[in-house]
Amino acid sequence: MADMVSTLNRPAVADREWIARAQDRCSTSRFLLWLTPWTLLLAAGLYAAYLCLRYGLHQTNMDNRFVFGLWIFLDLAIIALGAGAFFTGFLLYILRWKELKAVIATAVIVGFVCYSGAVLVLMVDVGQPVRAWFTFWHPNTHSMLTEVTFCISAYLVVLSIEYLPILLKNRKLRKVPSFLVFEFEMHKLMPVLAGVGAFLSFFHQGSLGGLFGVLRGQPFAFREGFGIWPTTFFLFILSAMAVGPVFVMLVTRLVEAVTSKRLVRPQVYQVLARTSGLLLTFYVLLKTIDTLVWLNSTSRQAGYRPWEYYAWEPFGTWILFAEIVLLGLLPALILLSPKWRARPGWMLAGALLACAGVVLNRFVLTIQTLALPTLPFEQFLTYMPNWQETATFLGVIAYGVIVYSLSYRYLSLFPQEKELAREGKEASHVS
Amino acid sequence: MNAETVERAPRRYGMVIDLDRCSGCGACMVACSAENNVPPAHPQATERTGITLLRVVQVKDAASRGVAFIPMMCQQCGDDTPCMTVCPQQAVEVDKLTGVVEQMPQRCLGCRYCMTACPFQARFFNWWDPEWPAGMETTLNPGAAPRMRGVVEKCDFCQSRMHAAEDKAAMEGSREFEYTPACVEACPTRAIVFGDLNDPESDVSRQARNSFRFLERLGTGPKVYYRSRRPWLRTLASRVGAPPKKENGNG
Repeated sequence: MADMVSTLNRPAVADREWIARAQDRCSTSRFLLWLTPWTLLLAAGLYAAYLCLRYGLHQTNMDNRFVFGLWIFLDLAIIALGAGAFFTGFLLYILRWKELKAVIATAVIVGFVCYSGAVLVLMVDVGQPVRAWFTFWHPNTHSMLTEVTFCISAYLVVLSIEYLPILLKNRKLRKVPSFLVFEFEMHKLMPVLAGVGAFLSFFHQGSLGGLFGVLRGQPFAFREGFGIWPTTFFLFILSAMAVGPVFVMLVTRLVEAVTSKRLVRPQVYQVLARTSGLLLTFYVLLKTIDTLVWLNSTSRQAGYRPWEYYAWEPFGTWILFAEIVLLGLLPALILLSPKWRARPGWMLAGALLACAGVVLNRFVLTIQTLALPTLPFEQFLTYMPNWQETATFLGVIAYGVIVYSLSYRYLSLFPQEKELAREGKEASHVS
Repeated sequence: MNAETVERAPRRYGMVIDLDRCSGCGACMVACSAENNVPPAHPQATERTGITLLRVVQVKDAASRGVAFIPMMCQQCGDDTPCMTVCPQQAVEVDKLTGVVEQMPQRCLGCRYCMTACPFQARFFNWWDPEWPAGMETTLNPGAAPRMRGVVEKCDFCQSRMHAAEDKAAMEGSREFEYTPACVEACPTRAIVFGDLNDPESDVSRQARNSFRFLERLGTGPKVYYRSRRPWLRTLASRVGAPPKKENGNG
């Protein structure tokens, strides 16, 4: 009887051949059950995207004022969170932080999912997606969006190449000798790819910030800066680098919680948290200086009375406090302090707050900017995404979960997993 | 652009709108839509999703019980034109010979970044396919190409009329031409004056001297000027941003 139950809990024979040896994974039926809701969500997203592409963007709740809505806001947010891919790669391959090898595969897949998801949503968001190639053919070199398009496209190619060796490590694919050779050769390329990825990410993360910082017509978003780059250019790079590592940690912790397994040693989390803490502290400092200069100088020069930005509910001064102190300074201190960081609960809370802070920053720049009136006779407007927008985005989340789940099951993402499982078994025998 | 046109002295087309003359009748809006082949609003379109290349906004002053109408269209910004600098694929151009900010819908991706850059809310997205009631297509202006769904459009000082005037002059062997945008022609109170701001003797240049512009402090160099003797209107125009909540008497 016990044998029967253990057989039922194991993957089916055909399925097992694709799973790495000694890698404990759930039964095929259980895995399919896990995928079912995500597949349904993906189908709903595809249907909503079809409606927008087939009938036009009036299927959304966007309008001539809220020309950017949920999609652009969440695109900016997931691209920031996906920065863990380039930054972890940079730390591992360029600065040689060997301990990060434990999470590099997850970082790459999270990055790939975030970037490819963002590009998919963008293809629905633009009015004429078939003309996307025009940007490459008639580029306006003065536009931040040109730089974003170039770098994101190139970086997505880099991420796809980085994903390849992880994919080729699959038990079944390894049996093809040429794949094995290819994978081996790819590993030699990794430092170069990490360097290229860091370079491209540096520019597109910055340009995403610059996208709003250059808008002279929107005093709420406009910032002065250095040369052609407004301060938001640098703040976006720094904030993305700050939350990238903790987002990789959050994803890994979530996988550990869902699968009830230990996948990464706590020391690795400490490295990720400490790195984020340091960068976040630096970001909060610069963000505070930037806010003070903007409120007291840039904005006044444009003729906007700074207090009027926060006179429109629900965007009161609380949003500024939340962004800089509650979701900036507080998580920075938690992640920076070895004492607090050592407690898993605090570390997780710090990571969550840090990610929420950067998401709020992207929200403020996209949604709050468009809500505020610039002409003296315009009104403060609000916007709420409709089901098509929400479903399209949830569809992308579902796509991400499915890609990650398949990768987790069939690829070897965590080099410490087997070791930790053995240690766990030994510990249980001893006890 | 051929050598002949380059030789012509560059113009800088602009407008002066006398707000004290504007009665808010909306004739300019109708003329604008007809000239530029703007389709009838889709039944589901709202004030926020419709296309009004020229819109007349009513403003009120609670203290003096004053009412005014402000015709608002693309202000043809001349200094680092915000929409032109941000467009990723050069679908926006400033004509060096006229100073007019031109939109090329056939190259527009529909990313709408230019719309976020425009402080005047003067750009409009085609949320629907353009549709005309049966038979009405025959009344379309052959000089202005209708725009498809998914692209941005805006006022271009009736380039269709300018090209027609230019062609007519060329046929007559001349390079000199004058033209009048549809809104200027339609205004029953002659509230809108149009012309070359580079010509100091033109009506538009003379009137522009004693006028103001909206959002002047943003430094985008609009070429549409406004006039009014009413102090509250001039005060309102000097503001950047609307007065919050109860201060806002615009209704």
